[in-house]
Parts: sequence; structure tokens; C-alpha cells
Amino acid sequence: MLELASTHGTVPGETGLENSPLVVRGLTVSYGQKPAVFSVDMTVQTGTMTAIIGPNGAGKSTLLKAVLGIVKPLSGQVQVFGKTLNAQRGRIAYVPQRASVDWDFPTRVIDVVLMGLYRQLGLLGRVRAQHMARATDCLDRVGMRDFANRQIGQLSGGQQQRIFLARALAQDADLYLLDEPFAGVDAATEKAIISVLKSLRAEGKTVVAVHHDLTTVAEYFDNVFLINTRKVAEGPVATAFSADTLQLTYGGRLATAQIDQLAQVPG
Amino acid sequence: MIVDALLLQLGYNATLVALGATLLGISAGVTGTFLFLRKRALVSDAISHATLPGVCLAFIIMVGMGGDGRNLIGLLAGSAVSASVGLLCLSWLTRHTRLAEDAAIGVILSVFFGLGIVLLTVIQTMSSGRQAGLEGFLLGSTAGMLWADAMVVAVGGAVVLALILLLRRPMTLVAFDPEYAAARGLPVDRIDLAMMGLVMAVTVVGLKIVGLILIVALLIIPPVTARFWTERSDRVVLLAGLIGGFSGYVGAGLSASAPNLPTGPIIVLVGFTCFVISLLLAPNRGVLAAVLGHLRFQRRVHLRQGLLALAQSQPIYENLTLRLLRRADLVRADGVATETGRARAAKALRDEKRWEVVRADQAHEAAAALYDGLRDIETVLTRDQIVDIDARIGGPQGVGA
Amino acid sequence: MSGAEFVPLSLTPLLIGIFAAVACALPGNFLVLRRQALIGDAISHVVLPGIVVAFLATGVIAAGPMMLGAGGAAVVAVILIEAIRRLGRIEPGAAMGVVFTSMFAVGVLLLEQSDTSSVHLDVEHALFGNLESLIWLDATGWASLLDPDALRGVPVELPRIAVTLVGVILFTVIFWRPLKLSTFDEGFARTLGVRTNVLGMALVIVAAISAVAAFDAVGSIIVIAMFICPPAAARLMTNRLEHQIGWSVVFAVASAVLGYVLAGYGPLWLGARDAVSAAGMIATVSGIILAITAVAGPCRTRSGAPVQD
Repeated sequence: MLELASTHGTVPGETGLENSPLVVRGLTVSYGQKPAVFSVDMTVQTGTMTAIIGPNGAGKSTLLKAVLGIVKPLSGQVQVFGKTLNAQRGRIAYVPQRASVDWDFPTRVIDVVLMGLYRQLGLLGRVRAQHMARATDCLDRVGMRDFANRQIGQLSGGQQQRIFLARALAQDADLYLLDEPFAGVDAATEKAIISVLKSLRAEGKTVVAVHHDLTTVAEYFDNVFLINTRKVAEGPVATAFSADTLQLTYGGRLATAQIDQLAQVPG
Repeated sequence: MIVDALLLQLGYNATLVALGATLLGISAGVTGTFLFLRKRALVSDAISHATLPGVCLAFIIMVGMGGDGRNLIGLLAGSAVSASVGLLCLSWLTRHTRLAEDAAIGVILSVFFGLGIVLLTVIQTMSSGRQAGLEGFLLGSTAGMLWADAMVVAVGGAVVLALILLLRRPMTLVAFDPEYAAARGLPVDRIDLAMMGLVMAVTVVGLKIVGLILIVALLIIPPVTARFWTERSDRVVLLAGLIGGFSGYVGAGLSASAPNLPTGPIIVLVGFTCFVISLLLAPNRGVLAAVLGHLRFQRRVHLRQGLLALAQSQPIYENLTLRLLRRADLVRADGVATETGRARAAKALRDEKRWEVVRADQAHEAAAALYDGLRDIETVLTRDQIVDIDARIGGPQGVGA
Repeated sequence: MSGAEFVPLSLTPLLIGIFAAVACALPGNFLVLRRQALIGDAISHVVLPGIVVAFLATGVIAAGPMMLGAGGAAVVAVILIEAIRRLGRIEPGAAMGVVFTSMFAVGVLLLEQSDTSSVHLDVEHALFGNLESLIWLDATGWASLLDPDALRGVPVELPRIAVTLVGVILFTVIFWRPLKLSTFDEGFARTLGVRTNVLGMALVIVAAISAVAAFDAVGSIIVIAMFICPPAAARLMTNRLEHQIGWSVVFAVASAVLGYVLAGYGPLWLGARDAVSAAGMIATVSGIILAITAVAGPCRTRSGAPVQD
């Protein structure tokens, strides 16, 4: 028997949930008159890595953007570490889709990473040696130290993705939200990114990523959040990432054999 | 007087001008649609501003050769030459440098126009320049137009329209789907060039009537207005032609009916009036329809979410949801569901479960794709199918108060 | 040329031209990068209806009301463009085209309908400006710069555009970081709490203020050229925004100086007697500078394929 996804979610109880990095309740977002995300609840646990999974057009990126306040929801609430988003902006880092910006913009790699320090620097704060050191350190973590003075348009897709990750690292956040970080990157970049994300988890940070490659879910993530306009399932990979839930999420879009094979990948 | 003007009773010249303006309006509306659909509406702005240096140079050359410099055909030929040079520079800049098209358009229109103004001041200092009247090309002037000039305008409008009719098939293909057109073996580049040539022809013919600054309006306003009324591209072309022709005809007529009503601005404002009416009142795409639609949609979303929450005995946080539920007598003032509320909630929950089955079942893939959280399941499945699904879910379940 | 001739006749128009060019080029850099280059075009077209309405409302030709009218028209135009773009779901270029041509038509119509022949208000003035006539008759030489009596006679356009330029520079410096950030990556900027809508609107309003202040002295044609040509040429010179701003200022100043000099003296060198339009010549020179950078600028083409090392 299929379990029905709840609509308005449960009230955050007295214990535990206030500290939850991300709680979403009854979130509906629509473009025009078709909801991209309908009445979705989500709860993310501290120190975990969660993959948001669903077919194309299922509202994965929209969910992330609504959580971040980039698009305005039609209804619903978002709480970050028990408070409103605006009160907690300093604790969130965001890695947008690589294709969402114009890489012909006249700037260098190091300048992009320094953008992650915007909240520390403010409007007129000077970029001091400590800020440069921090930005360089973040570049180092993604293996791009030598590219600091490169024009961003000269980078490959994987390198661009790593720069965006370095910028998010510079934000020094507790919750990292990534939109398709592995889309169109080379194998070396994918490896570098996942190792950075795992080290973040080891530091007790929380990672949520929109993910499209079903074959790597079990290897990379602790939890999954399956969505197709509505939430389909949420929980640890071992229980929530099953043949049933995948069938519900993708409907006829995945062959049954394929689903069975994926769900058997050890978590 | 206005009636006289609209019935073409104001003399031979006024009639020719009205005729020319109508033909020009139709040509501009249709040509502009192709530009608009290719999202290059403002290229026309660059083309029209780029005519000015050509007009001035033609005047200077004609005076240099001993003429009086005011031959309309000569001036229009000059404008066409410099507009093509502007167009070439525009496409070179976008192809060979990193500048985006909007920046390139701005560069061409401002620099060519600046050069034109330099040449205008040169002409003003030439002895025969005192009454050159080239300023008329900026804003158009039909008052006191010579019979021969009115003839040029009317014939020019007719020729451009004929060219459009000749080229409409390939241009339509390219404007709506350039890749498909290329795959079918059409020379897309050459057709694009022909399209630009037509824009240039419309501009050149329109110089005398509406002037180079306002001709852009004739190319942009009709297609944008037409777009509000239809989703079908061939109808946009037709409607844009009608709106353009209507604006030209009524505008020229109004302008002839009283002094101090310059033709160009009046034509543009007639078109703009059509635009405003369409923006506000068009079905589906109009503002009024959109606002009402959004409010209705928002209410549906909130009601549905509220019902599902009631069905699962979950608390409702959104004030709007509660208000809507109360207004529909689905919950009492204290937030407890009424009899109807419970029934509707149970139905909503049941529908949601039916949807779950549909969406998990490959056999219903087409229906499942229509799911958006709001759609009634009865609209996508037959009664028999629903009965079949209900059998899989099990018997009806009541909802506790 | 001696100071006695240069200061009264050329110094003020030259300074006004330079200040106007730089005040437009600075916000122009961001407009070009944001693919909003033609906002400058739209703004400069709607200045005409703005000043005509201001004249009809007050009945006098005075700088204050006319600046307010022009600024008001620019803001109305920007709001209308946004509204039409969003409400009608129309691409920005077409929305702009509808708004600025219609408002310009209203301006011309009002001008024809009202009796403004007795006053100095006409379409050509709006387009070309009258830079050459902004002379400083009270000056007798360089010493006049220190003479309070003579300074009182400086054309009022000079302090006005100077104040505007200072305002534009302050805006650019203070909001440099969020401007750069939101121009590059608007979504990311919003997650940091930058109110990108407000900032975008502020940028357009600053551009409108520059346009209005500059327009009064030099006409709308320079305004469009200076919004777009120096920043576009600068983009082809460098791959860093900081340097691009620097180049755009250099190009703006060079266009103003060379354009003014060529307009005043060029015809004399060619044997003609009368000067040509300085505004038109400044726009032309900015175009020549752009042409040179388009052919030879070090960063003229897109970055292309990634460099391997």
C-alpha cells in the first residue's frame, strides 16, 4: 500500500525540529497557472546529505529556489534553523545551476569566490589579506588554486562548477543548497565536488542537492527527497529510495527493470 | 470634417496620403511581425536612425551636381544606402565581437544618427540649405506635400506590400522555426536578409509620412497588439496587418481633418490606443483576464490544500486558507470542519489517492502527465477507469471531525 | 590658443561635454552588461514629452520644472515598460519599443498643439542640444576661475551636470559590490539578501537622472551614444569590470574632447567657414573609437574554448 504524502506537515515539536536546518510546510509554487511544486513538506536533518530527485520539470530546482526566496511561493512556509529565511541568510550557501549566469562577464575567478564573502565585506569594506587568504583557501579545496587570476570565460564547464562551489565554501555556511552540481561536469570534477561535500558533512554541515543521476544516489547521499510536483517520499536512501517510490516519482518514464536495478544498489 | 477625412473627401493629396499611410501601416504591421517573432523588434530602431546620414549625403550630392537636392526619390535612395550600411555594421558587430545585439543596436543608432546631425549642420551652412526641409524626415511631414511626393509614398507602399505577399511563405517558415526551415533546405540567411530589406523598405517609404523616429512604432506596436488576441502565428501576421492598416488610415484621416495634428504622431497614437485596449481587455492574455485568473487560481490552490489538511487532521497555518474555508462554509469560526467540509475533504483525499495510483501506473502515463495538484481526476479518466482505481484503493474512508 | 579666448568660449562647453559623457558612461557599463543597453535609448526619447508636459503645466521655460518633468517621464516609461513586459508577457525590446515611441509621439503632438513658437522649445533642440552656446561670457582668462564675480556667470548647466556626475560616482562606488554581484548572478545575490529588484530600478533611475541632466545641455543623441559606445568599446579592451569602467571613462572623455574640437575646428581645417554640431560629432567620435576597438581591441571576441594547460 502506498503511503500518502502529507500536505501541511506536522507542527515542529518542542524537541529537535527547531534545530532542523530546513523545514518546509505546504509549499506551493506556480509559474503562470500550473503549479510546479504543490503543497510540499520537507524536513532536513543536521549533518546529512540529501538528494532532491525527480524527473525533468518535476519542480526540483523550483523547490530549491523557493526555499532560497529567489522565486515567490503561492503559499506555504520555510524555516531555516527554526527561524525565517531572512533572519538566517548568513547560514545558507547556494550553488546555482552553472548555466544560470553569463560566463562572458568581465571578471576573474578570484573575484567570483570573493563574492561569497559579500556579507562579511558589506558595501564598502576593504578586501584585506585575510579575505584573500580565505578565498584562495576555498579555491584550493576545489583544486583550482592556480586559476585564481583566470578570466572566468576561459574555464571548462567542470571548472566553472568548482568555482561556484568555492564561492559557496567562502560563505562559511551551515546549510549548503546546490542545484544540479554534477550536471555536465567531467569525472574528475565530480569526484572533487563529492569529496568536498563529504568533508562538509564531516564538519557537521548539512548538504541538500538537486540531483539527476539515479545511479550515484546511494553512493553519494544519506537521504533522498523524491518529488514530482507533489512530494513522493522522503527519508534515508535505504527505505525511501525504493522501486515503489521511484515508480511513483517517474511513472512510466523509467523502465521497470531499470528501477529494480537502481533500488538494489546498496546504500 | 473628421467624417470627410475618413471618407477621403479632403482632396486629392490627402487621399493619396491616406492611401499611402494605410498601405504603409499594413506593410509595417506584417513585416514587424516577422521581426517581433524573431525577438529582434528593436533592430528596426537601428535601421531607421541609420537612414539620416544617407538622406543628408544624398542632398549634398544632388546639390553638388547642380540640382536643388529635394528630389524625394533621390533622398529615399540615399536613406536606403545608409540604412544598409548600418545593417551590415550591426550584423558584423554581433558576429565578430562579443557585443550583444542590444548594445550593437544602440551603437549603430546613436552613431549613425550623430553623424546625420553633423551632416545636417553642414547642410544648414550651405547656401541652398536654408529651406532644405530635411528636418521633416525626423518627424515626418505631410502638410503641403507635393503631388509627386504623395504619389511616391502611395506607390512605394503598394510595392512593399506586393513584395511582402511574394515572400510571406518562406519568411513565415523562418520566423517561426529557423531550424526546421534550414532542414527543409531554405536559405535562412538570405531570407533573413530579405526580411531586413523589407524592414528597410518600410522605413524608407515611411520616412516622409511618420519620420524616422516614429516609423519604429509602426513596426512594433501592431504585432505586439495582435499577439494579445491569438496564439496562432499566421493570425498574428494577419491581425498585425489589419491593425497597422487601421492605424495608418484613421491616423492620416484624423490628421488631415484639423491643423496642428501631425500625421506621424497621430498614426502612432491610434496604434497605441489599440494596444492599450488589447493589453487590458484581451481574453486570456489581457491584464484583466490574467488578474482574475490568478486570483481564482490562488483560491483553488488554498482551498485544495486546506481540504487535504482537514482530511488528514493537520493544522492549517495560512490565514488565507482558513478565511477561504470559512467563507465556503467548510469550517466553522473555531476552525472545526463542518459537515460539508468533512465530505469535501474526504473527496479531496480520495481524489489524491486516485491520482497516486494513476501516477504510479505506466498504463496511465498520458493522464498522469496532466497532474498539477488541482486538476479534477474526472476530467482525465472515464468513470470506468475511476471505478477500477477505486477497487485497487479499497472502500471509502471517513474522515474524523 | 590663449586663455583669454579659450576660457570664455570653450572651457565651459568642453567641461559640460566631458561631465555629461562620463555621467552617462558609468551607469552605461552596467546597462550594457545587463543587456539593457536600450533602456538609455528609451529614456532619451521620453525626455521630450516630459519637458513639454512640464512646460504646459507651469507655462514657463525653467530648468527646475523641466528636469522634474523629464525625470518623471523617464520613471513613468521604465515602470510602463516593466508593467507591459510582465503583464503582457512581451519581450523587453518590444515592450520598450511600444512605450518610448508612443510617449515620443505624445510629446510631438503636444508640442504642435501648444503655442511654443515664442519660446525656445523644439524637437531639434531636444535631439541636438546646444553645447556650443553654453559659453562663459564673464570670463576673461584663466584668472577668472578664481574670481567670484565671474564665476557667478558660469552657465547653470555646468554646476548641474557636475553635481549629477558626483552623485553618479557616489552611487557607483557605494553600490559597486551589489551592482557587480547582481549583474553577474542575480539569483545568488538574492540569496545573500541583496534586493536585486530595488537595485535594478535604482540603476535605471540613476541612468535617467544622468540622461536628463545631460540632455539639457547636449541633447538626447549624445546621451544614447554615451550610455552605450564607451562601455561597449571598453568591454572589448579588457576582461575585468574594474578596468572596463576605467576604459569607459577614458573613452567618454576622449569622445567629448575630440568631438568638441573636431566640430569647432575641423571644418575650418577643411576650408569651410562654419562649425558643425558638437553633439553629433561627439557621438560620431565615440563610434569611431568603438570601431577601432572592434577591429583591434585585445578582448574583442568571446572567450571561446577553454584554455588547456
